[in-house]
This record gives sequence, C-alpha cells and structure tokens, in this order.
Amino acid sequence: MTARTFTGGIHPAYQKLTAHTPIRDLPPPPQAVIPLHQHTGAPCHPLVQKGDTVLLGQKLGDTEAPVAAPVHASLPGKVVAVEPRPHPAGRDVPAVVVEWDGSDATVDVQPHPDPDDLDPAKIAAIIREGGLVGLGGAAFPTAVKVRPPEGTVIDTYILNGAECEPFLTADHRLMVENPEQIVLGLRALMRAAGAPRAIVAIEDNKPDALEAMAGATRGMPGVSVEAVHTKYPQGSEKHLIKALLGREVPSGGLPFHVGVIVSNVGTAAAAGELFATGMPLVRRVVTVTGRVKEPANLRVPIGTPFSALVEAAGGFDGEPLKVVAGGPMMGVAQYTLDAPVVKGTSGVLVLGPEDRIPEPTSCVRCGRCVESCPMRLLPLYLEAYYRAGMIDQTETLHAMDCIECGCCSWVCPARRPLVQSIRMAKMEIAARRRRAAS
Amino acid sequence: MKLVVSSSPHVVSPESVPFLMRQVVFALLPALAAAAYFFGPYAVFLVVVSTGTAVACEAVWQKITGRPVSVHDWSAVITGILLAYNLPPRAPWWLAVVGSAFAIIVAKQLFGGLGHNFINPALAGRAFLLASWPAAMTSWVTPFDARTTATPLPLLIPKGQELAGVAAPSYWDLFAGAVPGCLGETSALALLAGGLYLVWRRVIDWRIPAWYLGTAAVLGWILGGPRGLFGGDPLYHLLAGGLILGAFFMATDWVTTPVTRRGRVIFAVGCGILTVLIRVYGGYPEGVSYSILLMNLATPLIDRYTVPRQFGAPARPPRAPAARPPQTGHGHAHHAPAREGR
Repeated sequence: MTARTFTGGIHPAYQKLTAHTPIRDLPPPPQAVIPLHQHTGAPCHPLVQKGDTVLLGQKLGDTEAPVAAPVHASLPGKVVAVEPRPHPAGRDVPAVVVEWDGSDATVDVQPHPDPDDLDPAKIAAIIREGGLVGLGGAAFPTAVKVRPPEGTVIDTYILNGAECEPFLTADHRLMVENPEQIVLGLRALMRAAGAPRAIVAIEDNKPDALEAMAGATRGMPGVSVEAVHTKYPQGSEKHLIKALLGREVPSGGLPFHVGVIVSNVGTAAAAGELFATGMPLVRRVVTVTGRVKEPANLRVPIGTPFSALVEAAGGFDGEPLKVVAGGPMMGVAQYTLDAPVVKGTSGVLVLGPEDRIPEPTSCVRCGRCVESCPMRLLPLYLEAYYRAGMIDQTETLHAMDCIECGCCSWVCPARRPLVQSIRMAKMEIAARRRRAAS
Repeated sequence: MKLVVSSSPHVVSPESVPFLMRQVVFALLPALAAAAYFFGPYAVFLVVVSTGTAVACEAVWQKITGRPVSVHDWSAVITGILLAYNLPPRAPWWLAVVGSAFAIIVAKQLFGGLGHNFINPALAGRAFLLASWPAAMTSWVTPFDARTTATPLPLLIPKGQELAGVAAPSYWDLFAGAVPGCLGETSALALLAGGLYLVWRRVIDWRIPAWYLGTAAVLGWILGGPRGLFGGDPLYHLLAGGLILGAFFMATDWVTTPVTRRGRVIFAVGCGILTVLIRVYGGYPEGVSYSILLMNLATPLIDRYTVPRQFGAPARPPRAPAARPPQTGHGHAHHAPAREGR
C-alpha cells in the first residue's frame, strides 16, 4: 500500500502568518524589471530595445534553445533600459526595464477554455508560448516537463500543494481561493503529458485547502486529493512520489523515470489562467511575511521590485537582518531590495536580529543530521571530508544525491553549516566532471 | 540598510548543544537524589567536587592553551557528574579530583576537546582510577548505615557462590537502589526516570538502551547463571551493577558512539555481549565500563560499514568511507567561509 511519508525530515516552526489572509492584487509598479532569464535552461535574447513601446503580455525575450521559456511584459509602457540588473538568484542578469504608462493596453490573446479538445502537442506549444515554468521555485520550463522523452509512459500526474516551507502560504491561498483555475490547469497538464490519473497532494495542516480542492475535483475521473504529513521537505518531488506511490526516483534520475510528473499548484493555476484567458505568465502570488508590519499574500506583476512588496506589507517591523526570496529553508538571501519578483519567487521573507544564526561549534556527532536527511546521507561526514579537501570521499558518500533541503543544517545543535559545505562539495565535483569530460 | 547575505537555510532548530546537554544534566538529577538518600550527604559532596573539578580543569586547560573557553556547553558538567556516579559512595574526595581531571584533560582535551575524543571521558577516568587505586575503587558500603560490604553483582555468576553469608537483595531493593554499589548506579528507578526523559525528548536514541539492555538480559539468561546454560536471571542482570546507568547515559554519548541507526544497534548489541562476557567469565565482576570503552574504539569502524543506502540507490552493499575524517581544527576555529557573504 501507499506510504504516506518518507524517512527523515524535520518539523520546523511553521509560522504561516498569512494562512488566512486573502490574496490582494497589487497595482503595477512605476517600473518593472523583467529579467530575460527566469527559468532553468538557456537565457532569452531580447526582442525589444530601449525606446520601444510594449503592451501587457507582449513577448520581450525568447530563444531557440530547447530548455527555455519566453518572458513577457507584465505591464504596458515604454522600454527604458535593456541591461543587467539584480536578480533574486544573487547575480546581475540582463533584464528589460519597462516604465508603466498608466494604461492597461493588452496584446491580443486567445483563450482555450477546453484543453480536452486540444492535441497534447498543441497544449505543450501553448504552454511554451505562455512562458510557463514551475512556480514552486526551481522554475523548470513546464512545456519541456510535460513532454518527457519518446517512449516514456506517465501514469500519474502529481500536483504539489504540500507547501512545506515555513512561512509561505501563496499556494495555500490559491487552492482556497482559485481551485477551479487550478483544476483547469491540471486538466491541460494531464492531457499534455497523457497522464490518466492525478493526485493533488496537500499537507494536513491546510484543511481548508484540502476541502476546496476536493470540492473542485469532485467527479473528475482519475483525480484524487490526498493529505500528506506536515513535515519538511514533504514538497520535495522525490519525497512526494515516495509518500504517495511508494516509488523511489533512482539516484540521478527524474520523476518521469518512475512514470510520474510533479508540478506545483501555482504552476497549474498559471496554466489555468493561460487557458482561460490566453494571458501568458505575467503575474504571480507572493507571500510577503516575517518581520513586516502587515504580512500579506500579494498578486503582483512579474518585475515588481521587492521594495514595493515590503512597502505593500506595511514596511519593515524593526530593523531587518535578512530579506529572503523564497522560504527560510531554501530561499536566497538578498543584498538589495531592487531585485524583482521573478516567475519562481514564492515569497519574500524578512528576518530580524533574533534570527541571526549563532557561530558554529565543534561537531558532537549527535547524528541528528543523519536522522533528518531525507536522502539518507551522512551530512557530518560529507562536511568533514569537504573541509579536509577530500572531494573524492564526498563523491563516494553520494554528495551528488543531496537535494539541498537544509534539514541537516537546521537540525544541527552545533550550528554547523552542513548543507552549505555539501553544496560547495557538489560544485567541486561537478567542476571536476566537466574538466574530465573536456 | 545592510542586509546579511548567507546561504540557506536561514532558520535553525532551537535545540542547541548547551540546551541538549542541560537536558542530560536534568536527567541525571534523580540519581543524585537517590544517592543522597541511600548514601548520605558525602555522596553529594563527591558529585560536587567531581563536577567542579571537571569544569575548572576544562576552563583552565583551554585558557592556558589559548582556546576559547567552552564550559558553557555543559559537557564538562556531565563528565564530572558521570565520573562521580562511578565512584564508591565513600571514596576519598581526592579520587574524584584525580579522576575528573584525568577525564577532562587526558581523555577529552588532549584529543581536541568536545567532539574529538574517541572514548567516553568519564569512563576513561574511571578505568584510570580502577587501575591506579583498585582498593579504594572497590570498597563498598551498605546503604543507610555504611557498613563495609560487597556489591550484589558477583552473586550473578558461578564463582559468586563463594561469597558465603551475603544474601541476594530483593528485586525491589535492586530496583530502588538500596544496595551497595557506585554512588550513582544503584537506583534503577531514578536512572530510568532520567533515561526515559531523554528518550522522550529525543536527546538520545532509544535504540541504544533498548538493544543494550535487551542483549544483556538475553545473554545473561543464557550464560549468566550458577546452574549453567539458560539458568541466568535476566532481571537480576539488568538491575545489578551499572548496566542501566551505562545503557542510558554512557553508551548513548554522542561523541563516541556511531551516528547511523544500524551502527547504533550494532554498537549496543556489542556492548551487551561484552558486558555479559566480562561479568560471567572476566576477572572483574562489572563489565559495563569496559564493554562501552571497547565499543567506543570500534565506533569509527562501525560507522564506516553501516553507511545507509541512499534514497533512490539500488539495493547493494554500501561503499565505505576510507576512514574517520581528519580533524580540521578545534571548536570555534571551524568557521564556514559560506556563512556570511557569498
């Protein structure tokens, strides 16, 4: 029978401050900074130049590369710059800066309200042109994901509504407020992938979302809604598959190797909007939370700077220590509030001085990192070998299987930066493999 | 506005090393109360002397060697208490001082301090005292009236039958602790209260005491009786001597025991087997200390051969790491380059 969980994982303080805060639409900012690289894969080339006038939904950048997704204007106005700008991933990335003209002038869009009438390849083409990527954070191009290699049979589509990161509630609110839109998107994704069955997986700390999704999927053949344990990293796709189907994605493999595709509910909501209205991915829901005066779930145009989000959430509550794009477990700390919301931005989390992580002390070999590792690795040994420069040993101990969830670092009572070291070891191993291949 | 930039995760568990160590100290307090009740205030005085010596030795040693003083992590407190618990209730006070100093300086600090020692410091201190002052370390007294006597442990084994005139205590006296023995080891009741608290708070892994006690009980039943095979008394084996103290508070020492689940089971079973073998066939009646010390030495090897099958890997024999990783520094010297700034 199906296991409902997996070994390892942790129970951080969830702090879902905005679980019952309805999504609020934020008007366009005076300027949107739209990076040309918002997905896993090749960056886009700009299709506009400084001085051009663009409409809402107009394509700003695209590429011929197989793994990529185009980017679109999230507001109508004038292109004032095409140049590198800060990106939440931490480095500057070429971006199109659009100044809002105050209008809502939109490109011609064509809705496809019934995806079941469309050919799967056509659905994938619509998804690609709509710029859809995974909205859970990894931002893998959706059109590529739903069309796995020839000969692959997909028997189950998993819609990931676990939202296991502390603080984040964007997916939770979408499921409560827009379940029909999610279901429309799911129908399109299932049809594109040829999946006869779908499971909507939601952590059991979101009873209202479970109820809303159960209501919206009632009567849909092959679609079920399942509660999974509230535990981090329940939303890791490999662990969701293990929990729901008892299948282990092989080391180095992807979900389609075990007949499964996993997408975030936010991705399905964006697909639903694309098929219902024809509008490409130009806005998303972001949870703005932590040390802000009024934590909120905001639907914002892509390219809105973080500073505008913090302002919309009432401003900082006290002196901020860190501003994180994403959740506290896997999010990226920002050095500037000029970084914009991109397709993969699920939250903006402000941490205060009390969240400063103490200095590390000696490893006491308590084994908590081993106990918590959902990949069943030995983080304490990986760290020790990395620090000793013994990269071969980290590879032997499967450093490359680390999913970087951060459970080991979270649980370490000596505050050792375990996942950080393993990440560096992985980069070193990858660099060695590249050198060996060339 | 200056924002801290560091790599994820950005939050950590509230359970720090000092917090967890304090839980162990709390868990040791019932046994101290039992020692005070059965053996009088001098037993408490020994614990205070031993603990004070441990903390002072750690602080002074770290000061003179120029390392950050880390006594606030509470680990030296635990070592001091455990060392005292392994002393006879009327041991001279200087024995506590010498044993505690040896445990902290020789067994712990000379190897690099907390996390780098490979054997349990308190047990190393005890072994040192036992080798150096065997008479003082084995002069037992009865509870309450402190008459000189023997411990009930030798009654377990065939050669123990020679102890004429010593009546085996009742199970209740063994369980409550009204028997001669080391000052912190006699009350199973008090030790279980603390040990189960640690299991419940997940400070220690339940597998170690469970497998240790289970193995000792079964093997004690098979080998440990005066009437030959399968004549032993498992309950007597569990309650007499320092088995419960060792199983919950010494064999669970994080630093010197394996980190993998399977490794911990192997470690605990090994402790159980060695304890019974030493008790039944050894020249010295108590096997707990030496069994744990011997298994401490096997810990790196056990870790090496119990690497778990990683998620998604085909079932196959695990590949072992080459050796215990080298030490890269001490305590606060391990600062992560990735901690602040990228």
